[in-house]
Amino acid sequence: MPTISLKVNGKAVSAEVEGRTLLVELLREKLGLTGTHIGCDTSQCGACVVHVNGDSVKSCTMLALQADGAEVTTIEGLAAADGTLHPMQAMFREHHALQCGYCTPGMVMSAIDIVQKHPEGLSEEQIREELEGNLCRCTGYHNIVKAIAAAFPLMHQKHAA
Amino acid sequence: MAFEGIGASVKRREDGRFLAGRGHYVDDMNRPGQVYAAIRRSDRPHARIKSIDSSAAAAAPGVIAVYTGADMAADGIGGLPCGWQIHNKDGSPMAEPMHPVLATGKVRHVGDPIAVVIAETKAQAKDAAELLVIDFEDLPGVADIRAASAPGAPLVHDEVAGNVCYDWHIGDKGAVDAAFARAKHVVKLDLVNNRLIPNAMEPRAALGECDVSGHYTLSTTSQNPHVIRLLMGAFVLHIPEHKLRIIAPDVGGGFGSKIYHYAEEAIVTWAAGKLRRPVKWTAERSESFMSDAHGRDHVSHAEMAVDEEGHFLALRVSTLANMGAYLSTFAPSVPTYLYATLLAGVYKTPAIYAEVKAIFTNTVPVDAYRGAGRPEAAFLLERLVDVVAQETGIDRVELRRKNFIPADAYPYQTPVALQYDSGNHEMTLAEALKAADYAGFPARRAEAARRGKLRGIGISTYLEACGIAPSHVAGALGARAGLYEVANIRVHPTGSVTVFTGAHSHGQGHETTFAQLVADQLGVPFDQVDVVHGDTGEIPFGMGTYGSRSLAVGGSAMVKAMDKIIAKGKRIAAHLMEASVEDIEFKDGAFRVAGTDKAKALAEISLAAYVPHNYPIEELEPGLEETAFYDPKNFTYPGGCHVCEVEIDPETGVTKVVNFVAVDDVGRVINPMIVEGQVQGGVAQGIGQALLEGAAYDANGQLLSGSFMDYTMPRADNLPNITVGTEITLCTHNPLGSKGCGEVGAIGSPPAVINAVVDALKDYGVRHIDMPATPEKIWSIIAANRPKMAAE
Amino acid sequence: MYDFAYQKPASVADAVKLLAGDAEAKLLAGGQTFIPVLKQRLNKPSAVIDLAGLKLSGISVSANSVTIGAMTTHATVARSAEVKKAIPGLAMLASWIGDNQVRHRGTIGGSLANNDPSACYPAAVLALGAVIKTNKRAIKADDFFQGMFTTALEPDEIITAVEFPLPVEKSAYEKFRQPASRYAMVGVFVAKGPAGVRVAVTGAGQNGVFRVPEMEAALAKSWSPDAIAGVKVSPEGLNSDIHGSAAYRAHLITVMAKRAVAAA
Repeated sequence: MPTISLKVNGKAVSAEVEGRTLLVELLREKLGLTGTHIGCDTSQCGACVVHVNGDSVKSCTMLALQADGAEVTTIEGLAAADGTLHPMQAMFREHHALQCGYCTPGMVMSAIDIVQKHPEGLSEEQIREELEGNLCRCTGYHNIVKAIAAAFPLMHQKHAA
Repeated sequence: MAFEGIGASVKRREDGRFLAGRGHYVDDMNRPGQVYAAIRRSDRPHARIKSIDSSAAAAAPGVIAVYTGADMAADGIGGLPCGWQIHNKDGSPMAEPMHPVLATGKVRHVGDPIAVVIAETKAQAKDAAELLVIDFEDLPGVADIRAASAPGAPLVHDEVAGNVCYDWHIGDKGAVDAAFARAKHVVKLDLVNNRLIPNAMEPRAALGECDVSGHYTLSTTSQNPHVIRLLMGAFVLHIPEHKLRIIAPDVGGGFGSKIYHYAEEAIVTWAAGKLRRPVKWTAERSESFMSDAHGRDHVSHAEMAVDEEGHFLALRVSTLANMGAYLSTFAPSVPTYLYATLLAGVYKTPAIYAEVKAIFTNTVPVDAYRGAGRPEAAFLLERLVDVVAQETGIDRVELRRKNFIPADAYPYQTPVALQYDSGNHEMTLAEALKAADYAGFPARRAEAARRGKLRGIGISTYLEACGIAPSHVAGALGARAGLYEVANIRVHPTGSVTVFTGAHSHGQGHETTFAQLVADQLGVPFDQVDVVHGDTGEIPFGMGTYGSRSLAVGGSAMVKAMDKIIAKGKRIAAHLMEASVEDIEFKDGAFRVAGTDKAKALAEISLAAYVPHNYPIEELEPGLEETAFYDPKNFTYPGGCHVCEVEIDPETGVTKVVNFVAVDDVGRVINPMIVEGQVQGGVAQGIGQALLEGAAYDANGQLLSGSFMDYTMPRADNLPNITVGTEITLCTHNPLGSKGCGEVGAIGSPPAVINAVVDALKDYGVRHIDMPATPEKIWSIIAANRPKMAAE
Repeated sequence: MYDFAYQKPASVADAVKLLAGDAEAKLLAGGQTFIPVLKQRLNKPSAVIDLAGLKLSGISVSANSVTIGAMTTHATVARSAEVKKAIPGLAMLASWIGDNQVRHRGTIGGSLANNDPSACYPAAVLALGAVIKTNKRAIKADDFFQGMFTTALEPDEIITAVEFPLPVEKSAYEKFRQPASRYAMVGVFVAKGPAGVRVAVTGAGQNGVFRVPEMEAALAKSWSPDAIAGVKVSPEGLNSDIHGSAAYRAHLITVMAKRAVAAA
């Protein structure tokens, strides 16, 4: 089996994988990072979203081998070492943007990418459109949209500083 | 410190782990020596299994075992039990055909499990499952309820004539017939309640284990672990309950679909015992589509008799309900006691008669899905009321007001068995109309028309029943389980508290709400209270979470357990402060001698209870821990008013929900933030049902909407902001006054949406549109009617 | 997914060699359609040849053309200021393919080689009269698309770039999404450029992307939504499924085309 090396949440890791091993399987099964979830088999629900080299991707639709040499960030890599939540995590909590928690890791990873890619600002309608790749069955999205809007100034303020 | 008691929007404590990616779901669990199960399922709706050749699969790399229905039968394993028995009109029991764990002889729906392959890796199990050679003889199948109940339809079960599971009725047929005979108007409506696929975001999973002494543990995605232990242990695998532990850890949504005892739970537990290795199965989403119980799927005919002034005289309903291929755990109760008993709604209709035929088809079993029966009743009634308004020319709001059960008429006995305890429909209606700016709608409609859009507004005033109970009544109606809930409250020596509840949280935030409740009542800080649920090894026998029951029933059990704690604490306090028990009062976390400044904090009492040096040991046991079982006296009856405003693009037929207001009476609220979230989530599912979602089968029973590629899940851009209000009348028969909030959103919203769509299309001569009101359906109406309008 | 050997060649020549040497090998570009196909076990390749090492991504603009490397992601095209300026409809289309995550991985070359009948890119490529460049030759869009999942590509041929001729006077894309999958149920690209006035439709046809000559003729005379409002597309040959009948799709073609013309 081929071996790959990559950086996950800032740490160098290597693992043996099959050709068919998906990135999400590498994360969950080989690296024990079970925060990234699998909610479908047709690349639609977004429960598995992680960042690869700074872009949000569906880790169920990427071979582990394609991530060889990449930098991957998962939900486990967001909070500071002292446990301080990323502003997006904090706003999800503040605005009750999660219920069962299953879609949440992917939703948060997508949300961060959305805010980062739109420094010019985001309307509520845009946030809803940008969330096309993530399904939530619990919240009706109302509070997710609110949380993302609330995280926006916090994230861009931080970048400006 | 911020107020964290009853009524505070305390931030959820479970969020910490979920947001950090440290949730603990079944598929996250891995055990040493674990092996993986892959299920080979039927890809055809109806077929005889002539033979199964498992030799190639058994010889494939990594394969440990291949089991079929014959292997299970050889071990004496029977079928999956049904938890509710309905009786026919003539008093005979419903047809209850065998529901094998793995198919024996025949497969009856796409997704019916046939065999299981167990291998060292998930991929090996899946690879080998494909190698099973199954020789089928295809049989004609039937998916539609009307087709299945027609003469000559293919029989799903050879022994069930006409595919009729039961033919049931409720109400006074004679009184209804008499009322129709003298009615000024009779308004008729045929409607379909579309079949839904629940799709909780976490696919089902199960991990079975068996230790050397024959103790089994099943970790499963369940809403009610004790029910699974009872059903699987006692009826399927014959494992005594003291040797069977069920753990339902973090569960990623359920909406009803994770109530039931499923085949895979029995398969992994049984296989773990045979192989003495942990066996894990996790559904892929496509498996969920064909194996999770579906919801709804009714075809109904309704007639309302109305007098000259618009008073409802009588309601007559006949419904065909799809059971699918087998009876899922609580399926028979849904179109009967959770549906027909709700047909009075919020109206004082004096006579109601409903007949329900439950029909087997070659489809996935249908069972309770968020609302379960009540959305079907609310949709039928609230659509019918709008059609009555249309046909009598009475304004739809006035018509509703005219027929409301007045607030001072409570308690109110309906003609269909239920006795409502409280409600105020004028109040929720008025509040919702105000919040939705109903009065300003004509201006918005005119403005939309100038933009070429069709705008409509719809309302629904509904009522539902939660916390199904009491046990003895449900038992008389066919329930094969109790309907109480349990709580155990353990006050630790230093005064912190652990609450063990039989309710199960799979998104509802119980760890927060229950801690608030107990902290408030015992007067201890919120962070001194922990909540434990979901493990039969830790909690007393509880019934789990479904039917919006957790607070109304489970919370009431906690109140009862706390009453016992306080009563015992008073006796300890009386001893310590040398006062009489009658003089001790408990307030703000302290036991006080009335009229004095003498007081002992709960922590002092609990310390004395566990270190009983100075203690009334002759008359009182040490310790401070109490268990209470609460069996409700009645259902609770949340209700309210939903107002939906839509805008239709006449060129494409696309409907956009532009505003949605829900004002619900859910009784006492512990955490308003969580209640609001529950309502928003329910409304989202209701809008999904009304506009987007629908399970599609071909006539034979092939599932056409078998993935997210073809089953439309509501996404963020399909939904509006959802304004939630709560108006409160208290439940009169439970100690909290709470009614329940988990299902109101999904019950009240579908008719509000469709009423709005019909309103938007009122110039096109539309009377009714079945759900989902897809763009093509709407466009077809517009296209078909345009020439007529142009000619006018 | 069935297992396979994974190869990641460093040059087009190496990739072609691997492809030519193994009839069961398949190319992997962004994988946003191909990996789901593999996951459904609908395809059982012996080897998967990842094109990510071939340095085929990037956008270059000259006076006469916009050239987009085959491995350029949809997100890159969507955000490209140069594409937005030269062919706004193309950037608009790219910004609308799939979701953010798909756009971060999916590529123009992969989309074209797959020629999914509900993919967006074929509509732009055909309407703009683009040229598909491969390791062997340049193929005109008119010759490239040969029906559902079928193209002019030979078994050992790899798309390297797509060249869009300039100047493009008008371009826009309108899409009616299949509500569940969000793929194009009807996608219409309208363009006025070196290839003339063209209207290309994706998603609707049983054989993939096609042009609507009646609309093109009408728009050539007068570029306005009204010019094509009366053009009725025949439902014959259009898809029909649980999301929409052929008649509905036919109707939507006119609606989407009108809207695209208005937006261009």
